[in-house]
Amino acid sequence: MAQPNLSVPFWRMHGISKHYGGVRALENVELTVERGRIHAVLGENGAGKSTLIKIMSGVVRPDSGTMEIEGRPVQFASPADAMRSGVVSIFQELSLVPDLTVAENICAPEPPRRFGLINRRAERRLAEALLSRVHCEDVHPDELVCNLPLSRRQMIEIARALGRSPKLLILDEATSALTATDVERVYAILDRLRTEGLAIVYISHRMREITAFADDCSVFRNGRRVESFPKGSKSGDAIVKLMIGRDYKDVYPVKTVRTPAEAPILEVENLNWGARLAGIDLVVRKGEIVGLGGLDGQGQRELLLALFGVLRGVDAKIKVHGKLKRINSPRDAKHRSVGMALIPEDRKTEGLVVPLSVRDNISLAAVGRFARGGFIRTLAETQAVKDVFRTLSIYAAGIDVAVRTLSGGNQQKVVIAKWLLTDADLFLLNDPTRGIDVGTKQEIYKLLRKLTDLGKGVLLYSTDYAELIGCCDRVVMLYEGRIVRELGENALTEQNILTAAFNVPENQVTVGEAAR
Amino acid sequence: MKGMQLWFARNSGALFALALFITMFAVYVVKNGVGLRIGLVTAVANKGVLLALVAMGQTLPILTSGLDLSIGMIFVLTNCIASAILSGPPWLVAAGSVAVLLGGVLCGAINGTLVVYGRLQPIIATLATGAVYHGLALIIRPVPGGSIDPTLARAWTSQIFGVIPTTLVILLAVVLLIWVPFQLSTTGRGCYAIGSSESAAYMTGIAVRRSRFAAYMFAGLLAAIGGLLLTAMTLSGDASATSGGIYTLSSIAAVVIGGTSLMGGVGGAVGSIFGAFVLRAIGDLLFVFDIQPLVQPFIQGLILLVAVSLGAIRVLRTPNRLDFLGVGR
Repeated sequence: MAQPNLSVPFWRMHGISKHYGGVRALENVELTVERGRIHAVLGENGAGKSTLIKIMSGVVRPDSGTMEIEGRPVQFASPADAMRSGVVSIFQELSLVPDLTVAENICAPEPPRRFGLINRRAERRLAEALLSRVHCEDVHPDELVCNLPLSRRQMIEIARALGRSPKLLILDEATSALTATDVERVYAILDRLRTEGLAIVYISHRMREITAFADDCSVFRNGRRVESFPKGSKSGDAIVKLMIGRDYKDVYPVKTVRTPAEAPILEVENLNWGARLAGIDLVVRKGEIVGLGGLDGQGQRELLLALFGVLRGVDAKIKVHGKLKRINSPRDAKHRSVGMALIPEDRKTEGLVVPLSVRDNISLAAVGRFARGGFIRTLAETQAVKDVFRTLSIYAAGIDVAVRTLSGGNQQKVVIAKWLLTDADLFLLNDPTRGIDVGTKQEIYKLLRKLTDLGKGVLLYSTDYAELIGCCDRVVMLYEGRIVRELGENALTEQNILTAAFNVPENQVTVGEAAR
Repeated sequence: MKGMQLWFARNSGALFALALFITMFAVYVVKNGVGLRIGLVTAVANKGVLLALVAMGQTLPILTSGLDLSIGMIFVLTNCIASAILSGPPWLVAAGSVAVLLGGVLCGAINGTLVVYGRLQPIIATLATGAVYHGLALIIRPVPGGSIDPTLARAWTSQIFGVIPTTLVILLAVVLLIWVPFQLSTTGRGCYAIGSSESAAYMTGIAVRRSRFAAYMFAGLLAAIGGLLLTAMTLSGDASATSGGIYTLSSIAAVVIGGTSLMGGVGGAVGSIFGAFVLRAIGDLLFVFDIQPLVQPFIQGLILLVAVSLGAIRVLRTPNRLDFLGVGR
């Protein structure tokens, strides 16, 4: 192998852009990563960090732009391609194969072989060595990955990455599920790798991690790299300002103040589900938008599914309009006596039947309303669909085109239209604006406000903190399946949300220190 | 020991099928009253081995969460090819056997190409190719028949050293020379990974397309070995659509009884062998218990239903209702 050319940075990318449909994920991005330094990438949810990582590791290809390793241009057709060039990533969504063993996962895709066949003994030994490097000697190499808790899996991801002898190591929220001791171990490992001359890209929401050991920082916002600077040249406050960078007052409709408080639509008492949700108490009143906040994956999605009757074995006292209800399926939840609607997270699989027309999708949940004696009265159906189609100003060639052909934002409007027709009283929304353009987002905010003005209730989970602040009357913060704080009115600030998201005791916080 | 525990947990499906077969076989031998004769064992082995080979083949696409509906037809087609070319001096028979196996590999490779590069759904692709393979079989052998060298055939269907049924030795050889190396190759490992989580496999850098292609190709090869053996047993070829269909469906049942998940990623071909013998033993048991022939298919169906239902029990423990709709995967 040729001597590395030390005069040029290890990694450099120019003018990288990526669009998904009409949505801009990255625009003209430059990034340089040096050997022996940890480069932190910061930004809000949706700032383009994940797309950046996916491009760097060969998962998606950029629309335009160039990438160089040690001054030589590279193109990656697949993650395997990137790995061969020494770019190894640890993803936020774990990339371990659940039904393979720990050893098989750690050694994939190139396990040790003898006479062309996998040498299981060597494979196990290699896995043991790597496991002990990350201090996970308690994990048996023959254990199936699907039997391990999330925190162990994340350590196995890290062990696997080390085994691939990376030159550029990318960590995307790789410590989000780890315990405090494990995080310290990862710090120590990264520190050692840095002195060995590795280039490291580190993405984290934990400000303390960044101020603790990053050498360089790049801040992303709305798909652009806003600024890069060496560690210590900016305060925590200044960094947060760069990340937020906009005034969101105008984007959100005015909140209606309701005094005295209206009657509750939904009352939840002591909701438990396995180890994932514990002791949740929650009230949603008429005319109220209640937000669910916190880091991604703290049980918000599960809470919405539990309320909507999707999960088994939910233990709770749930009252709707003051009456005790048992909700065992989405069918129960949408029944007139309950009147719930769920706008799910993944509109392509859970929200829509994409090959069907706009009309069929919109009327699907409410189809019973248009039936007489078991047959659908098409005239009434068409009228109702057209009305809601117009109200939401869905941008499509008509109600008979397939939903597949619509943009993401308009697809999301179809999902909302479908539930509007059911005449629900309580709308549960699971991150409804993810991957949607700003214009449509604004329309959705207005629509939510309009619903509450009509006396409906809204429970909104969003990964976008600004959205929670702008839209909600109250925000309930979840951490590890529990409600840790409720923020309302003046307490509803980005700073309070960030500190509650990381479950830091209230009076110990400055933004720069927002920590575990 | 932890390692042993994990091994048992991983192979519980196959071990269950083995225990089931041993129990059924014991009942059969006792009830039959003639004792454990070599002739009896050979007859049971010969009946089970054909399905075992086809079921081993079916295991591979199923591991990748696919399916091969043409596998019974490949079995029938290779039987017909063999009945047409396996005659003459020994070297010619040997060359003919290789040609038959290559025919099976080609059929499997066509399936693999359609699924991997044509991006067709496995069920549809193999349903269509299955019809094509049956058509070819009919062209080669419009009426059942053939002229096979009976001495060779007798050697293949009797015993080695007068004790061990030759077909079992062939089956063992297939396991050791094809299945074990396949399972220990990165390609075979890839099949498990795809079936378990295709996106994770891709992100891991596993050769997803090569693995899936290989699964269908090896399925063709294993079916062809079965077809060759069938020719040796019957000394003829028969382009029977019924037989092809029954072998396809029974192979799926055998795979499931043997502990392989239809969702993919879990199981193995050895379990399918036991599954195949369990299926065959059902028929034998009904025979010794003097069940009327007309009632037998009904009871066979019921037993099959119970056996495959056992595999569904794990679904009942899933806490998220979306997971068993297949949304989560």
